Amino acid sequence: MVTEFTPVSALIGGALIGLSAMLLMLLTGRVAGISGILAGTFAFAGGDRAWRMAFIAGLVVSPLIGTLLGLRLPDPFMPSSWALIVVAGLLVGFGTRLGGGCTSGHGVCGIARLSMRSIVATMIFMVTAMIVVFVGRHGLGV
Amino acid sequence: MATLIASAVCGVIFGFGLIISEMAQPAKVLNFLDLFGRWDPSLAFVMAAALAVSGLGYVLTQRRGQPYFAPQGFWPTNNQIDAPLVVGSGLFGIGWGMIGLCPGPALVDLLTFSPKLIVFVIAMAAGMVLHDWWRTQTSVFPSAAAPSPADG
Repeated sequence: MVTEFTPVSALIGGALIGLSAMLLMLLTGRVAGISGILAGTFAFAGGDRAWRMAFIAGLVVSPLIGTLLGLRLPDPFMPSSWALIVVAGLLVGFGTRLGGGCTSGHGVCGIARLSMRSIVATMIFMVTAMIVVFVGRHGLGV
Repeated sequence: MATLIASAVCGVIFGFGLIISEMAQPAKVLNFLDLFGRWDPSLAFVMAAALAVSGLGYVLTQRRGQPYFAPQGFWPTNNQIDAPLVVGSGLFGIGWGMIGLCPGPALVDLLTFSPKLIVFVIAMAAGMVLHDWWRTQTSVFPSAAAPSPADG
């Protein structure tokens, strides 16, 4: 699926993501890392689940509120293979927990406070994902 | 209560950011990752803007010292570049590159009720729970026997 380069909406959207991280930090003292917030809503993490549930609920219903404000909603492009979807989901869930964060926690919040740990994590998952896409699209001819 | 409202509002703003920047569209993410195909650099602009604003937020938070609605900040204290960080980020990168979905966009796309999306989110949640359970059972990485506060 071909997509256009959209620098203006990218900057506006990115600024909103940054604003969300800023407000969460300033108001509640928490890091806006989605994988950590989500995992904390499950049983094993224990404690302080209420604010996590509230954040996740806001995230999940945001497209509904967006519709009222006239935002164009995503129509996510997904691959045909169910096995690929399950394996990718497991890897994203397990990997973000083991690595302590995802694109938001390491890629935005961590790098924003110049954490070397987050800079290294972001470089690793970016490069790994680029290699996977390269192999999938150009290496195996699929 | 103030914390709950603030958290929910932040979740909504975060979702708006993902929708407006089109990062909730996995194809756009995959095309960013595809340097040697029809490269779409949008994601880099999203990150740059997000970093500028959240970096400012971090400076303001540090200057203030204490959050408005909490007795103290919950900042990650781990500075180690260790095996879990490297292996975990690598595994995440593989899964991310396969579909183009990371946790935030997957949750924002949930209400499309696409069966494939729902299956992805269930598998992702299962991976998280599996990890957190495994870390309570294993001593492979003894430094974090109990699930620690995540970096993010």
